[in-house]
Amino acid sequence: MASIGETIRTSQIWKSIFRHPMPLDRRNRIVVMLTNFFLHLHPVSIKKQGIALSFTWCMGGVTFFLFLVETVTGVLLMFYYRPTLEWAYNDILALRDVTSLGILRELHRWAAHAMVITTWLHMYRVFLTGSYKPPREFNWVIGVILLLLTLLLSFTGYLLPWDQLAIWAITVGSNMARATPILGYEGPGQQLLTIGGIDMITDASDARFGLLGARFVGEETLNRFYVLHCIAIPLAAALLLAIHFWRVRKDGGISGPL
Amino acid sequence: MHSNGLFLQDVSGFLGVYYTSIALMNGVAAVLLWRNSQQKGGFLWSVIWAITACVMLVLASFALSGVAEMVPALPAVVRDIVNKLSGPVIYTVGTMVMLTVLFVFREFFVKPMVAWTGLNISLIVMGLSMADENFASIVMKADNVPIVGLVFMLAFFTWLATSQAVVNDRRIAQGLPPTEKLHDEKVLVWPDLVYTELICMIAVSAFLLLWAIYLRAPLEEPASSVKTPNPSKAPWYFLGLQEMLVYFDPWYAGVVLPSLVIFGLMAIPYLDFNKKGNGYYSISERKFSYIVFQFGFLELWITLIILGTFLRGPNWNFFGPFEYWSPYKVAVLNNVDLPQMFWVGLLDQPLPKSPAGSSGLMQAGYILLRESPGLILLGSYLVLLPPLLAVTVFRSFYSKMGLIRYLVMSNLMLLMLSLPLKMILRWTVNLKYLVSIPEFGLNF
Repeated sequence: MASIGETIRTSQIWKSIFRHPMPLDRRNRIVVMLTNFFLHLHPVSIKKQGIALSFTWCMGGVTFFLFLVETVTGVLLMFYYRPTLEWAYNDILALRDVTSLGILRELHRWAAHAMVITTWLHMYRVFLTGSYKPPREFNWVIGVILLLLTLLLSFTGYLLPWDQLAIWAITVGSNMARATPILGYEGPGQQLLTIGGIDMITDASDARFGLLGARFVGEETLNRFYVLHCIAIPLAAALLLAIHFWRVRKDGGISGPL
Repeated sequence: MHSNGLFLQDVSGFLGVYYTSIALMNGVAAVLLWRNSQQKGGFLWSVIWAITACVMLVLASFALSGVAEMVPALPAVVRDIVNKLSGPVIYTVGTMVMLTVLFVFREFFVKPMVAWTGLNISLIVMGLSMADENFASIVMKADNVPIVGLVFMLAFFTWLATSQAVVNDRRIAQGLPPTEKLHDEKVLVWPDLVYTELICMIAVSAFLLLWAIYLRAPLEEPASSVKTPNPSKAPWYFLGLQEMLVYFDPWYAGVVLPSLVIFGLMAIPYLDFNKKGNGYYSISERKFSYIVFQFGFLELWITLIILGTFLRGPNWNFFGPFEYWSPYKVAVLNNVDLPQMFWVGLLDQPLPKSPAGSSGLMQAGYILLRESPGLILLGSYLVLLPPLLAVTVFRSFYSKMGLIRYLVMSNLMLLMLSLPLKMILRWTVNLKYLVSIPEFGLNF
């Protein structure tokens, strides 16, 4: 067996991919971190305390891993699911009862819940170790935006099964927008935006309407949330994740006592 | 109440596995302590956990018998008392007292054996409660399972952080550096970190797969915009916000406060001028920011989510943990607005009302007069209190932060405290709104 492994590792194909021998000695362990695209997010060496599990809890990493799980399972779910009133619920039913490997939706849903929890735990750890303090202030701000995006991802995804649980949770949640000050149909001060006796803020032009694309949770909302859930928010999150990781390195690496 | 033999038969298999797991957990603890029995008290604790494991095995066999009368459960009397005693006031005050006790006596509670005892007690109470049909039907709802997990994980991680902070605080008091400083030699990322990440990914994947196989994702009836479920709940992570709707109107509880939470979180690094406690666990070096954060996170965010998920039923009424969620439960609503209290109750005269046909300006004046008690109170709370605090308790804060940073910090804090203050006003004097201007949809 050893010789087969050896043959593979000395072949031209292997060498063309990795460019250097297995990371078994000190030199190659350094080289692997510098030459591998996926590993180059990391530094080459790191303080021992900075990677102690009792210190970091690994929650930021787990959150990112769950984001990847959501991306993969989400793409697979998009093969089966059509965001229309006619098909949305039936596709989810079929996904459970007819499709083989029928735990795809379970994986997606539970990983989503887990991602909300791990995001909170990650922030909890960062706060408790004072890791938001200079020079990491701005990365904490990016983290808060990522928290918001995580919640919005979960919220928009909640509607897609188009069952009673989904539509009413979104109805309750989005009813809040109706009460937005000045911009909400039932919010305080909406009378302020009256021009020439004509109300600018009605139930067909207020903040809630903008969120739902309609006066109540309906087909327009399903389409809007689907696009937000599958394209707009993940792209924004991916961009901010990249900046978040890059800033970890630029702001002095993983935190520790000065 | 609604418990019957059939439910207990259904749940007995789960409870059997549950108690067996607790037995295993304690068995492992006993063996580990036995190996280190030269440590002080190690032998005694080892025996205690071994006995606990045996008791859990007995409970497991009772549960697995499948006979309804044998399944370990809390006595009906206890459940009734818990139901009768519980309410929003007891719950909120109780969690606050519990968190305060845990914080004040943290040196005691972080001791491994004390924490382990706490874990055992909460797991056993959980198991005994699970034999109650009403409790189980809420806790085992598929989308609620993550919240149960969240509670245990938060307890664990808070313990983990606090026990390290306690050690560090002791060292700092002795003039030693924090323990994190002891290991600042460098190691290579390959293999030390890369392998940790790999193992983490495998563990999370395995956990997710098991979770997905054993717990089906919820799918209810097809959506219908005419059939409103009772209760209608937002997704679980927003239930703290939904709970705030009991005390505030949607514009504040659903729009302004959440925006302030996000803004306040972002502002933390720019408001916290304390240079100490950067990069290691410590409480004594940053007591103020620690207490404010924990109050906001654990008390105002997490316990409200738990309340909103597990204890709020039809019509958003409060239900005890073992109470049947009856849609017919009636709650007395006798809340009164402050103007009503002031003009009618205190001065014994009708609410100021503009004469018919008066101009818009005149009407506004009358509204201001009517709402003057609340507006003056609110005004002094948000405008007068910050400068007053700046020259008293926050004197050193003010001098270090400067005017703008100080005002942002103090107002964010006062707005955060508006929630518990409103709760207290509601519970003590049945206050509905401090300011109520329905003419502008502005109630506070």
